[in-house]
Amino acid sequence: MTVMEQRDTRTAPVPPPAWQPRTDPAPLLPDAEPYRILGTDAAAQADPELLRRLYAEVVHGRRYNAQATALTRQGRLAVYPSTTGQEAAEVAAALVLQERDWLFPSYRDTLAAVARGLDPVQALTLLRGDWHTGYDPREHRIAPLSTPLATQLPHAVGLAHAARLKGDDVVALAMVGDGGTSEGDFHEALNFAAVWRAPVVFLVQNNGFAISVPLAKQTAAPSLAHKAVGYGMPGRLVDGNDAVAMHEVLADAVARAREGHGPTLVEAVTYRMDAHTNADDATRYRTDAEVEIWRAHDPILLLERELTERGLIDEAGIRAVRDDAETMAAGLRERMNQDPALDPMDLFGDVYAERTPQLREQAAQLRAELDAEAEGGQA
Amino acid sequence: MTTVAKPSAAGSVKPATMAQALGRALRDAMAEDPSVHVMGEDVGTLGGVFRITDGLAKEFGEDRCTDTPLAEAGILGTAVGMAMYGLRPVVEMQFDAFAYPAFEQLVSHVARMRNRTRGALPMPLTVRIPYGGGIGGVEHHSDSSEAYYMATPGLTVVTPATVADAYGLLRQSIASDDPVVFLEPKRLYWSKDTWNPERPTDVEPIGTAVVRRPGTGATLITYGPSLPVCLEAAEAAQAEGWDLEVIDLRSLVPFDDATVAASVRRTGRAVVVHESTGFGGPGGEIAARITERCFHHLQAPVLRVAGFDIPYPPPMLERHHLPGVDRVLDAVARLQWDQ
Ligand SMILES: Cc1ncc(C[n+]2csc(CCOP(=O)(O)OP(=O)(O)O)c2C)c(N)n1
Repeated sequence: MTVMEQRDTRTAPVPPPAWQPRTDPAPLLPDAEPYRILGTDAAAQADPELLRRLYAEVVHGRRYNAQATALTRQGRLAVYPSTTGQEAAEVAAALVLQERDWLFPSYRDTLAAVARGLDPVQALTLLRGDWHTGYDPREHRIAPLSTPLATQLPHAVGLAHAARLKGDDVVALAMVGDGGTSEGDFHEALNFAAVWRAPVVFLVQNNGFAISVPLAKQTAAPSLAHKAVGYGMPGRLVDGNDAVAMHEVLADAVARAREGHGPTLVEAVTYRMDAHTNADDATRYRTDAEVEIWRAHDPILLLERELTERGLIDEAGIRAVRDDAETMAAGLRERMNQDPALDPMDLFGDVYAERTPQLREQAAQLRAELDAEAEGGQA
Repeated sequence: MTTVAKPSAAGSVKPATMAQALGRALRDAMAEDPSVHVMGEDVGTLGGVFRITDGLAKEFGEDRCTDTPLAEAGILGTAVGMAMYGLRPVVEMQFDAFAYPAFEQLVSHVARMRNRTRGALPMPLTVRIPYGGGIGGVEHHSDSSEAYYMATPGLTVVTPATVADAYGLLRQSIASDDPVVFLEPKRLYWSKDTWNPERPTDVEPIGTAVVRRPGTGATLITYGPSLPVCLEAAEAAQAEGWDLEVIDLRSLVPFDDATVAASVRRTGRAVVVHESTGFGGPGGEIAARITERCFHHLQAPVLRVAGFDIPYPPPMLERHHLPGVDRVLDAVARLQWDQ
C-alpha cells in the first residue's frame, strides 16, 4: 500500500510513541552565577582551620609560581606556564583528594601536583628539559603532566572505571583548560564517564584564554559547565578565585563520585594573571584594564580579607605564612640551580620492556661514541 | 612478560579458521587472567562485526567484554587509564581506517608512556585492528596502515598469517607488558589451516621471522595477507626453475634482521611483498636494512612488490591494486639482473 492509498482509506495515522527525556535536565544545570562563599554571608560558616590551610597553600602557590617563572629567566627551566591568579583552583584540586585518589593534571597544573605533595623538583623535570616525567605516577597517584590538550581526560575515566571494577574506592580528578574543552578527547571522556558512571571529577579552569584566543572564540555555549548536561552529568559553575567555594564544590563532586553517583563537570571561572608562558606576550591580546579588574579579585586578597575580618589572622600570622613561602622558594631555587645528572645511555631504557635488536645496536653505537668522546677529552 | 600457560584441553591437529583461533585466544586469555578486558564497538552482544569476540560477554560479563560508546580515541584513551590501574585491555578497532581517530592516543600516550615515566607506567594493552583489502569492502574498510605504526617507537607491531600464529601471537601480545598493535589480515579471517589446539601457543616468539618455505634462488619477504600470495608464487616459480624461499615476518617491530639477512645472504636475491603502498611503505625500510647487511651478497637490487601509491581503490578495482602472484613472478624474473 502506498502512502497515497493509505490516505484514501482515511485511517487515522498511527501516532508516534510518546517521547520523554531520559533524564530530567534541570538538576544537571549549573547555577546562573558562579558559586561563591568568600565575601558572602555564607563565609561566616567556613571552618577556620580550612580557611587558614587554604590561605597558606595559596600563598605558597603564588610564591611557587613566581619562583618557577624566575627560574625560566635564569635558563634553569625551559618554559613555565604559570598559574598565578589560579592558585585557589589548583590548591583545592589537590586538597580534596584522598591519598588513594588520582590526579590527572594538564601541562599547566604543576602547582596542583606540588600541592598534592609532589617534590617540586620532580614536578619540574618536564619543564626543565630533564626527563619527561620526573616521578613515579603510581607512587604519587599523579598522572604525567600532559602536554597534548585533553588527552589525559579519557585516561582518568579509564583509571577510575578500572578501580571501580576492582572494587576500589578511588576517585580521579582530571584538569583541563577552557581551550582544551574544544578537543575531541574532552567530549569522548565526558561521554564515557557518564555512560559508565565512572567516579571522575572534571575540573575546567576557565582562565579566559587559550594562549591568545578568548573564550568567546572558543565556544558558543552559555558556560563551559553547561556542557555537562548534554552528557547527562551535573555541571557546576564556581568562582575559581574563591578557594573556599572551590574546595566545597570539588569536595562535593568527589564525594558524589565516591558514592557511586558518577562524574561531575566543574567550571572554575578564573583568570590567568601572567602571560600564557614566560615566552608569551600577553599585551597583544588583552588590556591592562582587564587585568586590573581581576587583580581586585585576587584569591589571596579574598582569603586574607575573610581571615582578617573574622580575626583569624593578624599581621604576624600573615608574615609567618609569607616567610614560610620564602623558605620554600629559596630551597627550590637552590636545588634547581644544581645541574641534573643525566646518563645518555638511559635513552634506550624503557622504550620497550626489553630492548629490540635494533635498539641494542643503537645503544652500542652511542656507547662507542661516548667512549670515544671520553678518550678524546682525556687526550 | 607474564608466561602463557598451555591449555590442557585434549585434542589433536585439526582445521580451524583464523577467526576461530583469534576468538579462542581471547577467551583463553580472559579465562586465565582476570585483568584481561576486551572492549570496543559492538564486541559484546554482537560479538564484533567479524564475530571474533563472540560469546565473551556472555561468558565473562559485560564488565570484561564491554560494548563502548562509538569513539575510538575514547576507547583507547580509557584503555590507557585502565592499564595504568593494572588491567590488560584488549581493544578492538572495527576497521583499519577507523583506528585513525585513536591515533593521537596511540602515538602521544600509548607508545611513549613507559619511556616518559622511565618504566613506571608500562602499557600492557593490545590494539586489535582488522586490516588490509581483498574482501570487497567499501572505502575506509581496506587500508594497510602498518607503516604508521612501525614509525612509532614504543609500539610492537605484529601480524599473523597462519591460524596457529593468530592464536599464539595474540596470546603473546596480550601477555606482553608493552603495547601491541595486532594487525589482523581480514581477508585471511576465514582461511582454514591446521593447528594443534592441544598446544596452541607453540609458536615462535614475537620478533622472530619464520621461513615458511625453504629455497635457494631468491627470498620473498612478506607478512600477513600477502603470505598466501607468496607461497603460491613460489609454487608457480618452481616450474620455471626458480626455487624461492618465503619468509613470513610475523612481527614488523621488533624486526628480525637476523633471519632475513641470513636468508638473503644464501639466496643473493630478495623481493619484499606487501599490500601497503610502496612509497613510504614497510618495503622501503626492509629493502634498506637488507642492503645495509647483505650488499656484497646481493646479485640484484632488492625489489618491492607493493600496492600502488594511491588511496585504497574501490572494491571493483582492488584486484588491479593488490599485489598478486603475477606481479610477484614478474619481480622474480627481474632479479636476473646480471643476465
Ligand atoms: C592538542 C594540542 N594542540 C595545541 C597545543 C598547543 N597549546 C599549548 S597550550 C595551548 C592553549 C591551551 O589553552 P587552555 O586549554 O585554555 O589552557 P590554559 O593554557 O589556559 O591553561 C595550546 C593551543 C597543545 N599543547 N596540544
